[in-house]
Amino acid sequence: MEKFPLYFIPLLPLLGALINGAIASHCAYSKKKPCEKTVSFFGILFPFASFAFVVLAVWPYLFHEVSEPRIETLFQWMASGAFKVDFAFRMDRLSALMALIVTGVGSLIHLYSMGYMKGDQGYARYFAYLNLFLFSMLLLILGDNLLVLFIGWEGVGLCSYLLIGFWFEDPEKASAGKKAFVVNRIGDFGFLLGIFLIATYLLPIPEAAEAGILSFSTLEKYKDFLAPAATAITLLLFVGAMGKSAQIPLYVWLPDAMAGPTPVSALIHAATMVTAGVYMVARLSFLYDLAPISREVVASIGAATALFAATIGLVQRDIKKVLAYSTVSQLGYMFLGVGIGANAAGVFHLMTHAFFKACLFLGSGSVIHAMHGEQDIFKMGQLKKWMPITFITFLISTLAIAGIPPFAGFFSKDEILWQAYSRGYVCLWAMGFIAAGITAFYMFRLVALTFLGKPRMDHHTQEHLHESPPSMTIPLILLALLALVGGALGVPLALGGHNWIHHWLGLEGGTPLLHGEESESLERLFAASSVGWAVLCASLALVIYTKKPGIVQNLANSCKRTYQLLFNKYYVDEIYEALIVRPLQWISQKVLWKGVDTGLIDGLLVNGSAKTSEFFGQMAGKFQNGMVNSYALYFLIAMVGLLVWVFK
Amino acid sequence: MELIFFYIFATLAVVTALGVVVFKNPISSAFSLVISFFAIAALYAMLSAHFIAVIQILVYAGAIMVLFIFVIMLLNLQKEELTERRASFLFKGTLVLFLGLFLGVLVLILKPLSSGFGIVDPNFGTVKAVGQILFTEYWFPFEYVSILLVVALIGGVVLAKKDL
Amino acid sequence: MVTLNHYLILSAILFSIGIAGLVVRRNVLIIFMSVELLLNAANVAFLAFAREQNSLEGQVAAFFVIAVAAAEAAVGLAIVIAIFRNRGTVKVDELNLMKN
Repeated sequence: MEKFPLYFIPLLPLLGALINGAIASHCAYSKKKPCEKTVSFFGILFPFASFAFVVLAVWPYLFHEVSEPRIETLFQWMASGAFKVDFAFRMDRLSALMALIVTGVGSLIHLYSMGYMKGDQGYARYFAYLNLFLFSMLLLILGDNLLVLFIGWEGVGLCSYLLIGFWFEDPEKASAGKKAFVVNRIGDFGFLLGIFLIATYLLPIPEAAEAGILSFSTLEKYKDFLAPAATAITLLLFVGAMGKSAQIPLYVWLPDAMAGPTPVSALIHAATMVTAGVYMVARLSFLYDLAPISREVVASIGAATALFAATIGLVQRDIKKVLAYSTVSQLGYMFLGVGIGANAAGVFHLMTHAFFKACLFLGSGSVIHAMHGEQDIFKMGQLKKWMPITFITFLISTLAIAGIPPFAGFFSKDEILWQAYSRGYVCLWAMGFIAAGITAFYMFRLVALTFLGKPRMDHHTQEHLHESPPSMTIPLILLALLALVGGALGVPLALGGHNWIHHWLGLEGGTPLLHGEESESLERLFAASSVGWAVLCASLALVIYTKKPGIVQNLANSCKRTYQLLFNKYYVDEIYEALIVRPLQWISQKVLWKGVDTGLIDGLLVNGSAKTSEFFGQMAGKFQNGMVNSYALYFLIAMVGLLVWVFK
Repeated sequence: MELIFFYIFATLAVVTALGVVVFKNPISSAFSLVISFFAIAALYAMLSAHFIAVIQILVYAGAIMVLFIFVIMLLNLQKEELTERRASFLFKGTLVLFLGLFLGVLVLILKPLSSGFGIVDPNFGTVKAVGQILFTEYWFPFEYVSILLVVALIGGVVLAKKDL
Repeated sequence: MVTLNHYLILSAILFSIGIAGLVVRRNVLIIFMSVELLLNAANVAFLAFAREQNSLEGQVAAFFVIAVAAAEAAVGLAIVIAIFRNRGTVKVDELNLMKN
């Protein structure tokens, strides 16, 4: 494998974005529809090419036991006194894995988009944005320092906004995009503060400054200097992760983000962007080791989010919203994993989640496409009859997410839970365990209501139902396959495998395992109970929703308050609106606008200075009364003064 | 002896000058000024400036003031009424008067008392002497002033025309 | 004995009276006359110095002052007549087109 520069990998999608962007603006100008073939050609070519390059770059790390990172500097970006930052890329095992996921799943989703977005007016614009997103995400995971990461971080936030609000003529969709961007921004603010803190502590040290502050190698080498502020730094960085990866309290944008096209939801909000926070925590694991409090915070928020979101997903009617809350919930698991230091487990779950969640979203896209835009699952039913491929892939992914072996989700989720328990976080394990059951329940509820049972849609719609074109089904099949076999990467020793991913990534941190070798049987017990619990909840859901939906109805009616609470997502959005949005709007309008801008700046400073000049001008004007006498008097006074002054 | 004459004429000049400023009727002011000019001409004579003294009477009192009186009568100016701005008038006037006195005092202080005027040539200030210097050393200003007078003549005619 | 100072003080007094008239009076002609008073005060000073320095230059200066005063009086009175024809008044406070 000849060595090519690493920057090829993000460069290719960037080229795709530029070309498609040019096509899009040209079409916008000339009011023509974009030529879909050209757009698709470039839009698909570059991601797949990037994937090929990634495979080439990753090969040594995967198969040749290479473990040293490969760092390539493109150019010196900033050099201001001691503050030096290079635009550099880094390839090591963690970024290798992430790059494979991002480009692999990303390319499949680009392919799927060909079929899904066919005929849309903004076809070229879509692929431009999607390619741009891929570019940003690659910058994020391949960056060698926090600033390049941050460019990608912001870039994915931007593309997320552009893509969520893709159909911006609908004001609701546009404001969903806005909401995503604003909430992200709040997180980014914390992230920036974290970066500033790091710089503050490291700048005084000349060796660190020489080596390039904020570069991961520097950070790891000089991490002891950051120890006094480690808690603050890590918590601030985690605030950024909270925003980007939709954890409590900054998750509120993700369900609304379902307003965007479904492939966008699959790529950005299931497989890639939302995982940026997990990647960041794993990457900076050595920092989190210095601040055990932060680890606790991250893990607790992760576990709480997992449980919280799962309960909301239980009662949602929109197919995409269920998947959205499911994403939030699974992200919670990932943070639970990297929070306690089980980085391999967290990243492993990130990978399997990318497979099955993307597959689920693409499957839902397939369903929505066939149902001509209908998204309420209570208006669907028995779709397996018309859409067998979609059904099978969806089912496989559901089995994966529910944590049923041998599908991938079981191995990753179970690893996280086991790690939580064996490091002593029993409470967090319990939350995760309960949430796993709820997950199985609502996912099979989704399958039952959508694909099984009796059809609840009208005949007109039924006649138009058909399976999706190959451009959409092929990615579904590939992703389902990955969801099926992906678990093999991390089969734990207790169950006969050798936990390849754990040893390969080698990034463990946090509290050590309490239980040693002899705990294998305990591990097997836990695994079995997880499976049993998941199967129980799954079958319960299947039975209820196919045979006796009335039970749920009665339950909902009897606990109306609880049902309403869950259905309305615990009124979190309303609380934010009242506590934060309204006061901010009030302040902006009354205080800052009327008070400061109109009153102070306009009134006092601008008008005021004008009025003062006018006043003095008027006063001076009184001297000019047109009377010659007065003028002569002034002459006289001036002359006398002059004479006195000269002859003093 | 000379001192007495000086004081007589000086007082006359000052009093009539005040009269110019104080009288309400413009004709009274004009006549007051004429008398002032006569007194000043006498003073000029005392300063051995015979030529200038005569010129003063001929030109100033004889021509300029006559012109003034013509215009006053032409415009049929009435007595000037002092309106409500009387107070500021008086104030301004007093101010100015004091200023003038201050100037005088200044002069007194600055220049020590000299011992009077010296003897001069009896030809000093005669028409011949002044004429001589006027046509030799100061011929240029002389010619210049004559042009000025022509200009003033034209200007006067133009300005006073009914339709320009 | 009459000294230079006497004449200078006289000149100063005449000058200030002229200024007073210039500032206080509203009738343009009287203002004009005050200006003539000023010129005369200057003449007195010129001639006093000429006498004291035994030089005829002061007298030449006084001569020119009188000549110019004559020219100025002619033009000035023509202007006054023109103003009177246009505005109907010679009171300075009513001639305030340039006010403010």
